[in-house]
Amino acid sequence: MLSGIIALIVLASFFGMVLGLAAVVFKVESSPVVEQIDALLPQTQCGQCSFAGCRPYAEAIAAGEAQINLCPPGGENLVQSLADLLDVEVLPLGEDEAVVQGPIVAVIIEETCIGCTLCIQACPVDAILGAAKQMHTVIESECTGCELCIAPCPVDCIEMIPVKQTLKNWRWPEPQYNANNREAESIFTTIDHVLAENSRP
Amino acid sequence: MSQSLSTSVAQKLKEKVRHLWSFPGGIHLSGKKSLSNHQPITTAQTPKQLIIPLSQHIGQPADPIVKVGDKVLKGQVIGYASGSVSAPVHASCSGTVTAIEERLIPHPSGLSALCVVIDTDGYDQWIKCSPLIGDSSDSDDTLYQTISDLSSHQISDQIANAGIVGLGGALYPAAAKLRTAERMQTDTLIINAAECEPYITCDDILIQRRPEEVILGILLMKKVVGAKKCLIGIEDNKPEAYKALLNSLRGYNNTHTEAQIEVIQVPTRYPAGGEKQLIQMLTGREVPTQGLPMNIGIICHNVTTAVAVYHAVYRGEPLISRIVTITGGAVKQPQNMEVPLGTPIRDILNQAGLNKDKVEKIIMGGPMMGFALPSIDTPVTKATNCILVSEKGELATPPPAMPCIRCARCSDVCPMSLLPQQMYWYAKARDLEKVQDYNIFDCIECGCCSYACPSNIPLVQYYRYAKTEIWDDERERNKSNIARDRHEFRKERLEKAKAAKAEAARLRKEKLAKKKALDAEKAKQEKEKSSTPSDETKAVASSSADLIQEAIARSKAKKAQQQSQKKNTDNLTEAQQKKIDEINERRRNRSSSEKTEE
Amino acid sequence: MFLAQSSPYLKPGLSVSKMMLVVTLLMIPGILTATYIFGYGVLVNIFLAIIFALSFEAIILYLRKRPVKVYLNDKSALLTAVIIGVALPPLAPWWLTFIGVFFAIVIAKQLYGGLGYNTFNPAMVAYAILLVSFPAEMTTYWQTSTMLANQFDGQTLSFIETINFQIFGQLPVGMTIDALTSATPLDIVRTSVLNGSATIDEIHAQGKTFGMLGGLGSEWVNLAFLAGGLFMMRKGLISWHIPISLLATLGFLSLLFGSFELDSNPSPLFHLFSGATMLGAFFIATDPVTASTTPKGRIIYGMGIGALIYIIRTWGGYPDAIAFAVLLMNMCAPLLDYYTQPRVYGHKADERDDEDYS
Repeated sequence: MLSGIIALIVLASFFGMVLGLAAVVFKVESSPVVEQIDALLPQTQCGQCSFAGCRPYAEAIAAGEAQINLCPPGGENLVQSLADLLDVEVLPLGEDEAVVQGPIVAVIIEETCIGCTLCIQACPVDAILGAAKQMHTVIESECTGCELCIAPCPVDCIEMIPVKQTLKNWRWPEPQYNANNREAESIFTTIDHVLAENSRP
Repeated sequence: MSQSLSTSVAQKLKEKVRHLWSFPGGIHLSGKKSLSNHQPITTAQTPKQLIIPLSQHIGQPADPIVKVGDKVLKGQVIGYASGSVSAPVHASCSGTVTAIEERLIPHPSGLSALCVVIDTDGYDQWIKCSPLIGDSSDSDDTLYQTISDLSSHQISDQIANAGIVGLGGALYPAAAKLRTAERMQTDTLIINAAECEPYITCDDILIQRRPEEVILGILLMKKVVGAKKCLIGIEDNKPEAYKALLNSLRGYNNTHTEAQIEVIQVPTRYPAGGEKQLIQMLTGREVPTQGLPMNIGIICHNVTTAVAVYHAVYRGEPLISRIVTITGGAVKQPQNMEVPLGTPIRDILNQAGLNKDKVEKIIMGGPMMGFALPSIDTPVTKATNCILVSEKGELATPPPAMPCIRCARCSDVCPMSLLPQQMYWYAKARDLEKVQDYNIFDCIECGCCSYACPSNIPLVQYYRYAKTEIWDDERERNKSNIARDRHEFRKERLEKAKAAKAEAARLRKEKLAKKKALDAEKAKQEKEKSSTPSDETKAVASSSADLIQEAIARSKAKKAQQQSQKKNTDNLTEAQQKKIDEINERRRNRSSSEKTEE
Repeated sequence: MFLAQSSPYLKPGLSVSKMMLVVTLLMIPGILTATYIFGYGVLVNIFLAIIFALSFEAIILYLRKRPVKVYLNDKSALLTAVIIGVALPPLAPWWLTFIGVFFAIVIAKQLYGGLGYNTFNPAMVAYAILLVSFPAEMTTYWQTSTMLANQFDGQTLSFIETINFQIFGQLPVGMTIDALTSATPLDIVRTSVLNGSATIDEIHAQGKTFGMLGGLGSEWVNLAFLAGGLFMMRKGLISWHIPISLLATLGFLSLLFGSFELDSNPSPLFHLFSGATMLGAFFIATDPVTASTTPKGRIIYGMGIGALIYIIRTWGGYPDAIAFAVLLMNMCAPLLDYYTQPRVYGHKADERDDEDYS
């Protein structure tokens, strides 16, 4: 009886030591979790998560102070990849953020702009060019669509428009038509449409 | 004589014992080629309007160099190549440029792209062509007589200027490809004449009718690359074309012993015409993944490209037309038609006769790899090899997809030895990393898997979807990296500015303090000096008050001046003034309403 | 918005439904032979199994809110039902079929996600569960083959009598179940050899167990299934990998061990042409959903089943072993698939790094 208990204790401590040693020796070095989270975030710096940018939000997630579903620009895919990274439950996007839209960019209506520079100060990524009393313009390729420039504009001359679909950014749609979703057939373009005259955009 | 006889015998023997390799998978399809491969090549009528897309190739779109209203001649450059991977575009008929705008183009997306629209004048007047090689009858001494007189650069420049791109469907600028091949000391030129897709016969008919042009084009390309030998791969369901090539080669292989051109029949099995499959069958070698044929000393070109090269060098004509197979059950007279690029597809379909009531689908390209046209008002481009107009029941409309039963028919037919069903599961789950682990980018989208799938799953579309999603993710990642950098930079800049401001404020304060101390010292001294201080201090005080008043007035004036200098408020029209008033009104309203809300 | 289906636009008109139907039809020669040898019970089993299977399938599809008609039409339930019907003892009572089909369709197939998602072969799950739960019924209701009955003055049932027995459990007056049934050749060989009560030669001498090729009577059923299977292979419905490697392994092992101990090991032919060997090799092991999918994987999969059949038949607790062998290899299929991936064009042979797999 006693010898059995002793044997078990010896065995347990031996394997415990082996495991502990292994954990130290074979430790997997990985980049800090904040970096990994930040790399996944869309970097719009829009502050819709109520943090002052993507990095602060990443830090908050890493510290366990924020949920993973607060980023509308990242959408469902981001929630999914964050859940994968942190090994937590997938959460649905918050209800306010449920409005899923494609990528958007800001455009300044040039006739209306008075050159107040307020939007330039608001832009988190310096994507607006212009000087005081001069008309401003948005560098489309740099704009993250964060909408932070809209509120400060005194003359409402900034509009958010969807990013234009071109041959370069066009994506094949995921097939929808299958035995469980046979109604999807109706989305296909009909031959009449193809033959129709003047079917120009 | 006897020697030439023996070489020809040796050649014959070589053909007989030629060892062919094979590729895995593949499918046997009914060719449907006889619909269109016996009629002569017809010519398209000059269309009323040409719609010429500026991007008919891989790489940067061409820059338009004509303006609306310009008169252009046939063969005139209307868009310059922009960048090293690009190709110029030319007017395919003479006429007037009426628009440079976005038009629907033949693309599976149904999107529009920048096109030059030309209203033709019906004269079809050529610009002066400058060939490199003249006929022997030509008296022009500036022209060369044979290919060996030309330098590699002369030919490749001529090819680049002619706007020739890979006409087998890859659309990669031909000159750039040939030059790279030359740089990499490629020794084998493979000419793809397999044309393995059902229905399409444009290569077949081209070889049948113009075998000499094919051979001369090949010799030119061979010269550019410096290749030692050339293999022409042709499927064995085109005996006429094969014979035509052999006949016209006979002369060359005897006279130019260096020609070393071999015509090789390959078994008819789809996708034998895939570049990688043809290379595997002819040489037994595999193009390394994510590599080019040139990595294994091979360059592959389509037979149509060879003919375009011939035209560019021997006639000085740029690529402004191509042979298009118009076929399918709903076409009254299936045929191959030489069509000026930019001709609306509607025009050529009308010319070939269209049974509008019978039409089911209109496809550009073949039934395996082509795509349904978004509209027939799109133009013929350099990529248009076939317009397939199917009648009802000719091409199956797939029934709704059933679940995958893992029967592995897809992997049995995959010519790349991929595992299509694994890629399908991961593409469906949008697991973009896993789908790349299963080598989705080795997929050539030949369609064998979808064809073989008993569950009618649109496998190829899943792969196309996954590929474009992966590219999109990459773009997003790049963009967010840039955004992050810019944001970090901005934060740094703001902090620096703040620090600088604080420093300046501190310095000012110090200065002020020093000055004060100095002033106090002075005052003390003066106090000691003068006996009537009160009046003077009063005067000083009043003058300082005046100064302040003055400064305020000045700044006000300046402000007023600046306001009047506002760029957008100069020279306002009445309408603009009204608009501004409206905006001001709105601003006032908004601020007041916000206040009331508060 | 322009939307179109991607190419290819050519389809040969092949469908899951057609494949399943053709496979089912190609079982008919075997079924008819089995009926001739083992009596009308085979037909009754199949008929009952089909009715039960389609009903279960329809109910579950309805509960899962799937289009019932579309999925019933894929005929996979039909094929499962027919296999269960053939595999069960010919005089099995109706409730045995009912429970078997319930496990096959509801538990093994639909609860796993329906067609294409099941890990285990539904028909074999049913068979294994019945064999474990009702060993007596599963082994004693094998009707004496007609050949034996004719030779040794045994008894057989007419069609009506068979139905009467299977549904209501009533035998004609004067008949007992013992007189109607007998152990299968595989059973006889296994028990005798295991007990050491008789050597192969002695069993042979009795003349009741061995036919010309395999088990007396069942050899004809096996031949009929072999014919159907070869036809399937010729038509490209199944690939050669699984059946050939299965049969080759089974034959090789019985030859290997048989040559050491002639007394206790029947000939390779006996193994190949007894029990459900051919049915298993061509119609059960080739079930695409649960088998391995890569060419190499399929060969290993077939070899595994062949080896397991021999091992269980010779040293295991059951006379026949198709069900357990198939189920055990079903478990290995995903692993086989992963480790037998073909070399992709343009890749080097040793390029795949296994570390990605977690």
